[in-house]
Amino acid sequence: MNTMSTNIQSGIDYASISRKNRSWDIIFASLGIVVLFIAISTLLALFLDLAIRGAPQWTNPDFYTSFPSRKPLEAGILSAWVGTIMVMLVTAIVAVPLGVAAGLYMEEYADKNWFTDVIEINVSNLAGVPSIVYGLLALGLFVQTFGMGETVLVAGLVLALMILPIVIVSTRESIRAIPIELREAAYGLGANQWQTMAMYMLPAAKPGIITGAIVGLSRAIGETAPIITIGALSYIAFLPPSPIGGDFPFISFEWLNSGFTVMPIQMFGWVSRPQADFQITAAAAGAVLIVMTLAMNGLAIYIRYRARKS
Amino acid sequence: MRPESSGVQVSAHFLRKRETVNQIAKYVLMAAAAISVLVTVGIVYVLVSEAVVFFEEVSVWEFISGTSWTPLFAVPTFGILPLLSGTIVVSGIALGVSIPLGLTLAVYLSEYAPDKVRETVKPILELLEGVPTVVYGYFALFLVTPLLQIVFPDLPGFNMLAPGLVMGIMILPYTTSLSEDAMRAVPNSIREGAYALGYSRFHTAVKVVIPAAISGITAAFILAMSRAVGETMVVAIAAGQMANFTFNPMEGAATITAFIVQVSMGDVSHGSVAYMSIFAAGLVLFLLTLTFNLIGFFLRKRYRQAY
Repeated sequence: MNTMSTNIQSGIDYASISRKNRSWDIIFASLGIVVLFIAISTLLALFLDLAIRGAPQWTNPDFYTSFPSRKPLEAGILSAWVGTIMVMLVTAIVAVPLGVAAGLYMEEYADKNWFTDVIEINVSNLAGVPSIVYGLLALGLFVQTFGMGETVLVAGLVLALMILPIVIVSTRESIRAIPIELREAAYGLGANQWQTMAMYMLPAAKPGIITGAIVGLSRAIGETAPIITIGALSYIAFLPPSPIGGDFPFISFEWLNSGFTVMPIQMFGWVSRPQADFQITAAAAGAVLIVMTLAMNGLAIYIRYRARKS
Repeated sequence: MRPESSGVQVSAHFLRKRETVNQIAKYVLMAAAAISVLVTVGIVYVLVSEAVVFFEEVSVWEFISGTSWTPLFAVPTFGILPLLSGTIVVSGIALGVSIPLGLTLAVYLSEYAPDKVRETVKPILELLEGVPTVVYGYFALFLVTPLLQIVFPDLPGFNMLAPGLVMGIMILPYTTSLSEDAMRAVPNSIREGAYALGYSRFHTAVKVVIPAAISGITAAFILAMSRAVGETMVVAIAAGQMANFTFNPMEGAATITAFIVQVSMGDVSHGSVAYMSIFAAGLVLFLLTLTFNLIGFFLRKRYRQAY
């Protein structure tokens, strides 16, 4: 009652201010939704554009089983998708153990000293280094200095270095998210640092780490620039030798030193061709590529969602 | 833990062995962390050592002040300014799109959206971030440019406007999530104080939350800038490959990254000046992004310490 009378005395119309504020709230909330709509419709437009334009190609089974060709509508993505799988294999084998180990060190073992600070600043900077600079690193070091050539191994390595920060950061975040009680309980039972980490922290952090690894790999699968820099070609009409089979011991590592192409390079090669029909082939390759990356991202989101629920 | 026959005693041998394993694990993990430092060392070494050779052929002054960049011509010129202008225009457009949209979306998600909406929206934004950049390039060249040509009939097929706009949407998830993180780090007590004084959500967001989160939001913008400057495929596909000293977004122009792609695609002989010029250009790019990343790193650290 008292305040009411003050209001009247001061002559301020609080009701209208409150109404005005409320309308600002509504305007702003709708603005947020509009922006959201722009983002989602871009994603949809992008996907539909590729799917519709590329339809004559991606609906054709031959597209997945033929090599690239000079004739746009006979060109396929066989060497590209096989190459992508092989390169991703190398990337995963290198980046995941290395990134998880570095993340564990930074969360569990690192003392507060200058070395830890250096690593921390370093990882945060590496996450922001443009992918093409990684390509220059690979060109100057692996291709030129070590003479390794434009191989599956080099491509896998450079992508592994590129996604290393993603794996490190997600490992650290998922370890940090574990309640402190778990760690204390393990110590309380007499486990030492290593046992606590290997037996309790790592299993608890596993969903987060897997999510991070998949997100990193989905980034690597669509990455073009560093692979162009090492000199990969888009016209590859052969497959790298198979890793399994042949003579005893039935496992061969020749594929690591083979020439290759990957999906995004293949698509870029077709985008740069002047013939209009290659746009169709490029769109189809893009549609396949986008399905691959969205599927991986979707999987990561699903794993995280399930882990959060349980 | 391995109980001995007595049930409580643990052999000294076991404890020693366990500690050895722990120490080995520590150093193995440390080595992995050190490799990440070696990556940076490797990048700096490669860029600097090649750039040094480049600068023996081309004067530093010509490089930083020249307005013509034609390393592949019969009479090559090596002025980096045209590549810088292209980079600045495209990333300027991208930030012009991304900052207002990203800030609006971040305020909406952090101050307005119910938890359910936020938890649905964030994964969708992540999907947007997961789209390969070569696909965005296709989109800019074959869909956005033709659409823009309806509005601006004089727009050439290769221009900086379309890739800039597309890149703005492309980095939107990035600007949004970083600035939203900063806003959510602002403690609720500050917000509630504002509400208690009669502030609406909108005024709380604009007059209290954003000022409180300003260092984190600035960091978001700077990191987004770093991302835009280093983005490669969108510009390599849709902005053209001719170095062009202009600030007109309606023209086509190569950026630093597009130039590196162009040379890598061609058959330039290793060891030639044109070949080494991509490392000099890469060094400029690395230094630019390094500066942005470091500023962003320390700003983010500051807001994390503040709350």
